[in-house]
Amino acid sequence: MDSSNREKNNTPRHKYFITKRLDRLFLELYQIYAFVSRFFREVFVPPYEGREIIRQCYEVGVKSLPLISITAFIIGIVFTNQSRPSLSEFGATSWLPALISVAIVRAMGPLVTAIIASGKVGSSIGAELGSMRVTEQIDAMEVSATNPYKFLVVSRVLATTLMIPALTMYTTLVALLGGYLNVHQNELTTLQTFFTQVFDAITFLDIIASAVKSVLFGFTIGMVGCYKGYHSSKGTEGVGKAANSSVVTAMFLIFIEELLTMQVINAIRVM
Amino acid sequence: MKKPNSKIDYNDKVITIRGLTKAFDDFEVLKGVDLDLYKGENLVVLGRSGTGKSVLIKIISGLLRPDKGMVNVLGQEVDKLTPKQLDALRLKIGFSFQNSALYDSMTVKENLEFPLIRHSKDMTARDRSRIIDVVLEAVGLAQTVNQMPSELSGGQRKRIGIARTLILRPEIMLYDEPTAGLDPITSQDINTLINEVQRRFNTSSIIITHDLTCAKAVGDRIVMLLDGQFQRQGSFEEVFDTEDERVKAFYNYNFTE
Repeated sequence: MDSSNREKNNTPRHKYFITKRLDRLFLELYQIYAFVSRFFREVFVPPYEGREIIRQCYEVGVKSLPLISITAFIIGIVFTNQSRPSLSEFGATSWLPALISVAIVRAMGPLVTAIIASGKVGSSIGAELGSMRVTEQIDAMEVSATNPYKFLVVSRVLATTLMIPALTMYTTLVALLGGYLNVHQNELTTLQTFFTQVFDAITFLDIIASAVKSVLFGFTIGMVGCYKGYHSSKGTEGVGKAANSSVVTAMFLIFIEELLTMQVINAIRVM
Repeated sequence: MKKPNSKIDYNDKVITIRGLTKAFDDFEVLKGVDLDLYKGENLVVLGRSGTGKSVLIKIISGLLRPDKGMVNVLGQEVDKLTPKQLDALRLKIGFSFQNSALYDSMTVKENLEFPLIRHSKDMTARDRSRIIDVVLEAVGLAQTVNQMPSELSGGQRKRIGIARTLILRPEIMLYDEPTAGLDPITSQDINTLINEVQRRFNTSSIIITHDLTCAKAVGDRIVMLLDGQFQRQGSFEEVFDTEDERVKAFYNYNFTE
């Protein structure tokens, strides 16, 4: 098969629509849109990867409990301790349970859970999928006619979307408990009085807002981790980058979402 | 040297490729490649690293899309198939990856079960175990059934990778660098296994390699990819009976250095 055109040069074949960099940016934006919209197309369509979803829920939820417990408990104590001097200046330390309640239920519970989860769960999803991409395990699923998106992405995003709200409730409860212990030690407040004041200070809207936010945060953590891992470049450096950018991007998006949802909730509150 | 294979049907092409072109950014790796694979044949694609050998089989299996040209596998044009049709075709193609691509988080048994659970839904657990035993026995690793991939040697991982592709009884096998990173004895075992798979499961195969010992041992026909095109084809002797410096350099590196 001696060919006459073996001396052909590798001449550039691709023309760019705008510039190489802008083309890549728009391509990436389209990729993100396609990746996220594919989740909604595939999540309700069988076959369902039930076992994998349960396994991922266990990984995300149960395995995060020790870290979440310690962090939430300490945050409850520290926040109460730091707030006391300001309130005592006005002789208003009796408002501590209400202050703790509003701060933890409205903002700190969902936010702290999401930040811990993006560090622990998001990075692990990014690294796991990145490593699977690099070692061609995702390609292996695809060539065996298995949908890797459904098996890997849908299961993980569902797990984070379901488990982060549950973890948020748990974080809120443990942080309030930490706050109670501090208040009880200093102001000798009983558990019943503490929690009566806690529930008096928050509204149904606060609980709903907290739940909605945590669902949004969970979805974001799962989706960002999966996207970064699924599209990681070749090589071990790509795996590290995927894990790192999963955390950074998820945290950035979580703060933006917090800001936006806070505006929406405040607008609803004054209606 | 492999003995002539009388089971090859030269009237039945299982893969036909015409004018296949593929570029990455500005670099054109495949420049109008033509290729036929006949039923029952082991075709070896030789070439240096980065010449597009793996790209070729990834296009055949639908992992990459061609820029130009026609790729016909078992009578179907790969890039014109719907996702469902492509999945149906992929069940007839086994792909053995260079690094085996075993699922790290699963045992050998779970790795082998993975495609079976998804594509043979009516199959009982007992039937699945029986099939797993058969393919593990075919690759000579029945004892590894409950081990994790990290507990296996490189050669064992390759064998399990091949077993996983065999479990759905493919008609075509695609091997990507089957002997890369293995010692000569283990490489020889893998070569024997490739020939055994061809004989026992009646598969047609494309073997991507730069290992001439492997090419000699398993290839019924050899083609050489140079500068994005197949420059030489034929038996091992025919391919290397040339004054082309690039081909001679390839031979000398493998057999004299």
